Amino acid sequence: MPKLIKGVGCPYCGSSCDDIEVLVSDDETKILEVHNACIIGTNLFHHANDPTRPKLPRMRQPDGSMKEVTYPEAIDWMAKTMLKAKKPLIYGFGSTNCEGMSAVARIAEKAGAVLDNCATICHGPSFLAIFDNGYPSCTLGEAKNRADVVVFWGCNPMHAHPRHTSRYSIFPRGYFTQKGQMQRTVLCIDPRETDTAKLADHHLMIDQGHDYELFDAFRTVLRGFDIPETVAGIPREKIKEAAEIMKKAKFCMIFFGMGCTHTDGRNHNIDAAISLTRDLNEHTKCSIMAMRGHYNIAGPGQVWSWQFGFPYCIDLTKGSHAHMNPGETSSVDLAMRDEVDCFVNVGTDAGAHFPIQAVQHLKKHPFIAIDPNFCMASEIADLHIPVRIAGVDEPGVVYRMDNVPIQFRAVIKGLPGVPSDEELFDMVYERMCELTNTQPVWLAAKADRKYPESPAVI
Amino acid sequence: MATVTLKPIKTPELIFEGYSITPDNFAGKTAAQIADLPGHEGKILMRLGDFFEISGNAGETAADTNIVITGDCSRVKYIGARMTAGTVTVNGNADMYVGGWMKGGKVHIKGNMDSFCGIQMEGGELICDGDAKNHVGCAYRGDWRGMKGGTIRIRGSAGNDIGTFMLGGTIIIEKDAFIHVSTHAEGGTVIIKGDVEGRVGGQMVKGDMYVLGKIKFMMPGYQKVDTVEKEVDGVTYKLDHYIGDLGERHGKSKGQIVYANLYVPAAA
Ligand code: SF4
Repeated sequence: MPKLIKGVGCPYCGSSCDDIEVLVSDDETKILEVHNACIIGTNLFHHANDPTRPKLPRMRQPDGSMKEVTYPEAIDWMAKTMLKAKKPLIYGFGSTNCEGMSAVARIAEKAGAVLDNCATICHGPSFLAIFDNGYPSCTLGEAKNRADVVVFWGCNPMHAHPRHTSRYSIFPRGYFTQKGQMQRTVLCIDPRETDTAKLADHHLMIDQGHDYELFDAFRTVLRGFDIPETVAGIPREKIKEAAEIMKKAKFCMIFFGMGCTHTDGRNHNIDAAISLTRDLNEHTKCSIMAMRGHYNIAGPGQVWSWQFGFPYCIDLTKGSHAHMNPGETSSVDLAMRDEVDCFVNVGTDAGAHFPIQAVQHLKKHPFIAIDPNFCMASEIADLHIPVRIAGVDEPGVVYRMDNVPIQFRAVIKGLPGVPSDEELFDMVYERMCELTNTQPVWLAAKADRKYPESPAVI
Repeated sequence: MATVTLKPIKTPELIFEGYSITPDNFAGKTAAQIADLPGHEGKILMRLGDFFEISGNAGETAADTNIVITGDCSRVKYIGARMTAGTVTVNGNADMYVGGWMKGGKVHIKGNMDSFCGIQMEGGELICDGDAKNHVGCAYRGDWRGMKGGTIRIRGSAGNDIGTFMLGGTIIIEKDAFIHVSTHAEGGTVIIKGDVEGRVGGQMVKGDMYVLGKIKFMMPGYQKVDTVEKEVDGVTYKLDHYIGDLGERHGKSKGQIVYANLYVPAAA
C-alpha cells in the first residue's frame, strides 16, 4: 500500500509551503504523487526518483576524467585540502537544512575559512540595509490576515515564488481580509510587464536602476513636498496616486526582490524602502519583507548570526574573531580579486550563478562540490561529494522567508551509504581534528545524534 | 624625523593584510624589529620582512616616523589604518582600507587605491594621486557614525558610496564619481569637481555637498532655494543652492529646520 504523507514542506522556493502531500511507495523509496505543490515543487520531489543520482564521491583524475572514490577517501582529501589552503572559501547553502549549516561552521572555523551563502548574490544587500536602518517586518501570516495593500517591488512571485500569491499575499482570505483578492489593492513596481505586474491593479513601470529615486519621491510626497514632473520615468500624478493608496491602506505590505537588491545602489535601495516603510507608519501600519529565494536561504543568516554574529561573508581566517565586510569578504569579490585558494560549493551551483571570470579564478585552485545531483559546479569540480536531499530524504529545520522556522520532514529513505550534509561535515570535522591533533569538541556535544542508523526518519 | 623605507620584494600569492604598517606600530623599533611585525596572508601569520626589505630605524614616537614604501602595494591591505601621527607614503598603488579609522598624521598614495579608504576616519589627511574605488570615507557596515573628521583628497575619480553616514570632515574628489554621495550623512563636506551619475545626498539629514560638474540624475527630494557665491577649495564660484533631502527627517536649530545643502554651478 502506498503511503500518503501529509504536512510535508517543499524544499524549493522561499515560500517554503508546508501543506504538501506526498504519496510514496510501500518501501518508502519512490515518490509516486505530489499534491498541492506548484510545478517546480512537484518536479523537485519527482527528481529524487532519478535512478542516475550519484551514490559515491567522484574525484578528478590527472587525465581530467572523474573516478568514483569511497566516502572516507573523499573526506580525507577534503579535510587535507582545506587545512592546507591559506584561505578557503565555503559558499552555498541555498538548499540545505540548518543542521548542515551549523555543522559546516565548525569546519570553517577549523580551516580558517571564509563562510558565505547565496545571499551574497541575492539578498545580501538587504542585510546591509537592515544593519543600517532596521527591519520593520512581520510574518507571512500577518501579511495574509491584515494586508489590504500589497506592493511588489522588483520581484515577480508569479514565476519565482509560484504559490506566494495564493498562500500569503494576494488571493488568500485572512482574518481581516475575508474577501481575499477583492479586498486587496496590488501595486507592482517593475521595469518589465511581468506576470505579477499583469495581475496588479497598478503597475508603475519604473526606469531600470532608478528605484532609489522613486523611493525618495514617495517619501518626499508623504512629507507634503512637491516632486519633479517625472521621477524614474513615472509621472508625478501617478506617484502621488500610489503614495495615497499606501497611505490610506489599513495595512500596507511591501515585498521586494532582486530588482532592488541587484541594481545600482543595492543596499541603499532597500535602505530607502525601509525608510519609506517607517514613514508610512506615521499614517497607517506598514511592513516590509525580502522575497528570499530559496526555502532555507534565511537559515544561514539565522544559524551563523547565532554562531558568529554575522549572517554572511564571514571571514574566520584570524581564528580569534569573525570579520565581515561585503565588497571584501563576499564570495564573488574574493574570487575576482584572487583572494582565496580553495573553494567549496555546498547545496547551490556557483558554476551556474557566478560570473564566468569569478569561476575561472576559483578553478585555479582546488574546487569541491557537495550536492545531491549533478550540476555545473559538480562537473567542473575536482571532487564531487553527493549527499541526501534535505526536505526529501533528509529532515531538518528550515527558515521561511519571514524567518519563521519550520521542521521539514523526509518522505523517502535516503540512498544507502549516502550521508546528509550534517553527517558529511561532522565526518570532515572529525578528520580535520585527527589531522591537527585536536579534540572534536563540537561532536561530543551532539554525540547522541551522530550518524543515525535509519537515515530517513519520518 | 626618521624614515623607514619598505621595498616590496615579493607579491603575496593571495593578499597581505599589512595592518602593522603604521607609524604607531613602527615607533621606537629598529629595521630588524619592524621586519618581525606581524601581518596575515589568509590564515597564515607572516612577517613584514617576508614581503618587504626594510631599511632605516623608526623615530621615538609615531609623530617622528615617516614610512616610505618604494613600490607597488596593490595586494597589501590596511596601509596606515588606525594611525594617529607620522606619515606614510606609497610610491605606487595600494589595496583596501588605506587610512581606515585613522586619527591623525598623513597618508599619501601616489597611485590608485582600492575600496574602503578612509572609512570611519576621525582625523589626519589622506591624499591619493590616482583613482579610488568604492566606499571612500564611508561608515563601516551597520555603523551609523561614519567619518568624523580629517580630509580625504582624491586627485582622480571615485566609485560609489562616498561619505555614507558622514558626520564631519572633508572629502574632495577632483574628477568624477559614480553614485551615492553623502547618503545618510549628518554633517561633513563633500566636494566633487567632476560629474556625478546621481543619488547625491539621498536620505541626507545635514551637511554640505558641492558638485562642480554635472549631476545626471538629481534626487527628487531636493529643491532650489537661491543662488550664492561661495569659495570651494580656494576658488570662488556662483552656485545654485538646493536643500534636501526633503523626504528625510531633519532637526531644528533656533526654531529653523536644518536641511542638507547641495551646491551646483549656477544655470547661466
Ligand atoms: S511555491 Fe515554492 S515552496 Fe511552494 S510548492 Fe512551489 S516551489 Fe515549493
